[in-house]
Amino acid sequence: MSSQKISLTINGEAVEAEVEARTLLIHFLREQRNLTGPHIGCETSHCGACTVDLNGKSVKSCTIFAVQADGGELLTVEGLANGAELHPLQEGFYESHGLQCGYCTPGMLTRAYRLLQENPDPSDDEIRIGISGNLCRCTGYQNIVKAVRYAADKINQAEGAD
Amino acid sequence: MSEARELTLEEREASIGGIGTARKRKEDARFIRGQGNYVDDIKLPGMLHGDFVRSAHAHALIKSISTEAALEVPGVLAVVTAKDLEPLGLHWMPTLAGDKAAVLADKKVHFQNQEIAFVVATDRYAAMDGVQKVEVEYEALPPLIDPTTALDDDAPIIRDDVASNDEVGQGPRHHPNHIFEWNVGDKEATDAAFAAAEITIREKIAYPRCHPSPLETCGCVASMDATNGKLTVYGTFQAPHVVRTVVSLITSLAESNIRIVSPDIGGGFGNKVGAYPGYICAAAASIVTGHPVKWIESRIDNLSTTAFARDYHMVGELAADKDGKILAVRAEVLADHGAFNTHAQPMKWPAGLFNILTGSYDIPVGHVSVNGVYTNKAPGGVAYRCSFRVTEAAYLIERLVDVLAQQTEVDKAEIRLRNFVQPAQFPYKSCLGWEYDSGDYPTALKKVMAAVDYAGLRKEQAAKRAAGELMGIGVSTFTEIVGAGPVRNCDIVGLGMFDSCEIRVHPTGSVIARLGTKSQGQGHETTFAQIIATELGIPSDNIVIEEGDTDTAPYGLGTYGSRSTPVAGAAAARAARKIREKAKQIAAHVLEVSEQDLEWEVDRFKVAGSDVSMTMKAIAMAAYSNVPEGLEHGLETAAYYDPPNFTYPFGAYICVVDIDRFTGDVKVRRFYALDDCGTRINPMVIDGQIHGGLAEAFAIAMGQEIIYDETGNILGASLMDYFLPSAVETPTWETDFTVTPCPHHPIGAKGIGESPNVGGVPAFSNAIIDAFAHHGVRHMSMPHTQSKVWQTLNELGLNK
Ligand code: FES
Ligand code: FES
Repeated sequence: MSSQKISLTINGEAVEAEVEARTLLIHFLREQRNLTGPHIGCETSHCGACTVDLNGKSVKSCTIFAVQADGGELLTVEGLANGAELHPLQEGFYESHGLQCGYCTPGMLTRAYRLLQENPDPSDDEIRIGISGNLCRCTGYQNIVKAVRYAADKINQAEGAD
Repeated sequence: MSEARELTLEEREASIGGIGTARKRKEDARFIRGQGNYVDDIKLPGMLHGDFVRSAHAHALIKSISTEAALEVPGVLAVVTAKDLEPLGLHWMPTLAGDKAAVLADKKVHFQNQEIAFVVATDRYAAMDGVQKVEVEYEALPPLIDPTTALDDDAPIIRDDVASNDEVGQGPRHHPNHIFEWNVGDKEATDAAFAAAEITIREKIAYPRCHPSPLETCGCVASMDATNGKLTVYGTFQAPHVVRTVVSLITSLAESNIRIVSPDIGGGFGNKVGAYPGYICAAAASIVTGHPVKWIESRIDNLSTTAFARDYHMVGELAADKDGKILAVRAEVLADHGAFNTHAQPMKWPAGLFNILTGSYDIPVGHVSVNGVYTNKAPGGVAYRCSFRVTEAAYLIERLVDVLAQQTEVDKAEIRLRNFVQPAQFPYKSCLGWEYDSGDYPTALKKVMAAVDYAGLRKEQAAKRAAGELMGIGVSTFTEIVGAGPVRNCDIVGLGMFDSCEIRVHPTGSVIARLGTKSQGQGHETTFAQIIATELGIPSDNIVIEEGDTDTAPYGLGTYGSRSTPVAGAAAARAARKIREKAKQIAAHVLEVSEQDLEWEVDRFKVAGSDVSMTMKAIAMAAYSNVPEGLEHGLETAAYYDPPNFTYPFGAYICVVDIDRFTGDVKVRRFYALDDCGTRINPMVIDGQIHGGLAEAFAIAMGQEIIYDETGNILGASLMDYFLPSAVETPTWETDFTVTPCPHHPIGAKGIGESPNVGGVPAFSNAIIDAFAHHGVRHMSMPHTQSKVWQTLNELGLNK
């Protein structure tokens, strides 16, 4: 199989790697980089468990090849917290019981991270639409909406105080 | 320096974080950082990957399998077929229902996507390449897809391997495609009641085949250590101990040489109860190659092969007087079990606990008959977030009561109030054989009616109807039977369905507890710690809960059928109480008083009528240093709990929908769910369970169906077609509760996880059908997709 060199930034760290042309980004992350936060729920772009943030956009990493991330800036759930300090979204999911089995959680968090940059003060409906590419089988979504709201409020308050 | 102030009793109580606290979840810390450890995250040195060659046909003879080309593929190491498994006796496996199932198709395929060969390769891409190169030659046979034709004289015979057997593990049968017949109740008295009744109703009600589809599919990593002969299997197992026993029985490896580990599980909902060919093939491949072997299903594999739920084709009848008082219930059910009877349920119950069909109603007499048949569909009927076949029963009775209300022109809530088992009747013996433990159904329903202003809603509905608009009000007042179960009537492969908890209190007063269950998102690490915290007076934050490793956890039957809290939760309370007994002896010894002088107070034993006391923390240290003569050191124990009865959680749900009469679009305006699960351990977790269960109920009622065409071709086994609602479609939920403790459970808890699924589905269905009731509609078949609702509108000419 033909392989190719790629270089990109993952969670702030410069990474160089050799990948097969057909390797999906999700498999590259999980198997070559040991970033097992992003999960696989369908491999057909429907569930969003594999969501990562690439060049300022939410991307379902089962849907693109690793080589397409060449030169990119990539963020996974593992890069959300600042050391021991949780991202407000992580805190929100914990405080609002926004997760149960946790399988959708990394994708949800990464998607919500981008959503709050696109729309820092979303209504409940906007949150629902904003995360509609990410499926959850456990929570019934209500507490996820609450969790995102929690994070939005916390971020906005902190910014208001600056 | 300021003196440390003595904590008040309330403060001490609060510091425990025990039963009744909305404690934040302990497991979240790893999940929100992406540090969960699910089976596909496991990577062992030298690990290989396996993938299946699957059948293109629903029913066909296998003429040949050629593997040469696959073995040429770079990275492919082996292609395993039934022929290779046969010498190991692993090409077929016994099922929990007393049947057997092919591990790899042996001369014949019985359903589309059935496993034919297992390709083992160095990575998952190479395995897939290999799969594509395996050539299978078939001779197609006529498929049998419609269960109603399964018992015809000229029906194709699906299972040649058992065609001449008088029984296939569940009693006498009378046709090669017949699996069992199960009868319960008094047929003669029921028939007589129907013959004499003023009013009878009869409705054909199907519960379509659907699939639990947790976000994580099934999978495992099997690793045989040749140096010591020990087989370790990490996998998505809801019941790890049962898996260990079954693996031992079919491989004849000593049970002590098998370790089953369930790591974090990404949702189960019944899907991960069964034993699947992937587990066996990965284990066999590891034994043969000496390498760890990973098998992870794709979503398509998941939806089309491992487990399905429901597929019950029911005819239900009620006999009543003209005021709607129910006099008898009767049901005939045809159960489509697919190609192998791999139903996961207590062995004595071929139709599960379907005889909870009486629901919340005081029905004098009844009879139920269920016949199971084989078809050319995937095997593995599981209880999708419900206790065995309880959801089918609840759906049928809740629908029938609505039909009766329409027939007798009694309001749908009122007819329920007229028929409820009354609080004073508990313990209540149902005509179909159960003893309901406790309940207060009228209070629950009245509370919900008041909360939603039921009378106001009916008025609004009448006005809307007059204006030609469609609004539906769905009422569901269900009773479940969960917590399997009493060993006297529940077993799996002969193992009683008890559960267990082992507790160790360390010298400094922290605790580790292990249980025979396995959380798949229910939050056991949080809630079980709360039970033990209250019982031992040790803060739940200092209690670690472990499950899922058969080398360390005590034997238990696993997590499904809402049995964790009713059975393992009871074991936890029992074990903690045993520890407290010993602690009392130690405290009496250290304080030099008699045990009778001691009384328990939150976190300590106190000498009655004095200030002298000894905290559990101090007692823990004494247990390792200063025990009375004759008493062993240490502070640990295990309890195995055999529940005296099932538990019977109940609830009252009201759902309000508005239907667009031109497009068939259904809007859920309001969903109000009151649940009574007895003692409430963690209200936050309970609400989460209800939200999740209701979302699943919504999915089932509105769109989930595994459909086959007449050739047995599965239509839509990906998330493109199979409906998993997103946040946009999913309604918002209002929750409420009453508390009627379970009288036979140590802490009075009944279990909650499954109620919302069981009670939710009929609430949605009833609401949609109620919207059409004034047009004479009594039933519409699930799932209520927009196109099906539109068809009804079109047939009635309402969309004009
Ligand atoms: S795994 Fe990528 S969307 Fe489901
Ligand atoms: S928490 Fe289980 S899928 Fe979302």
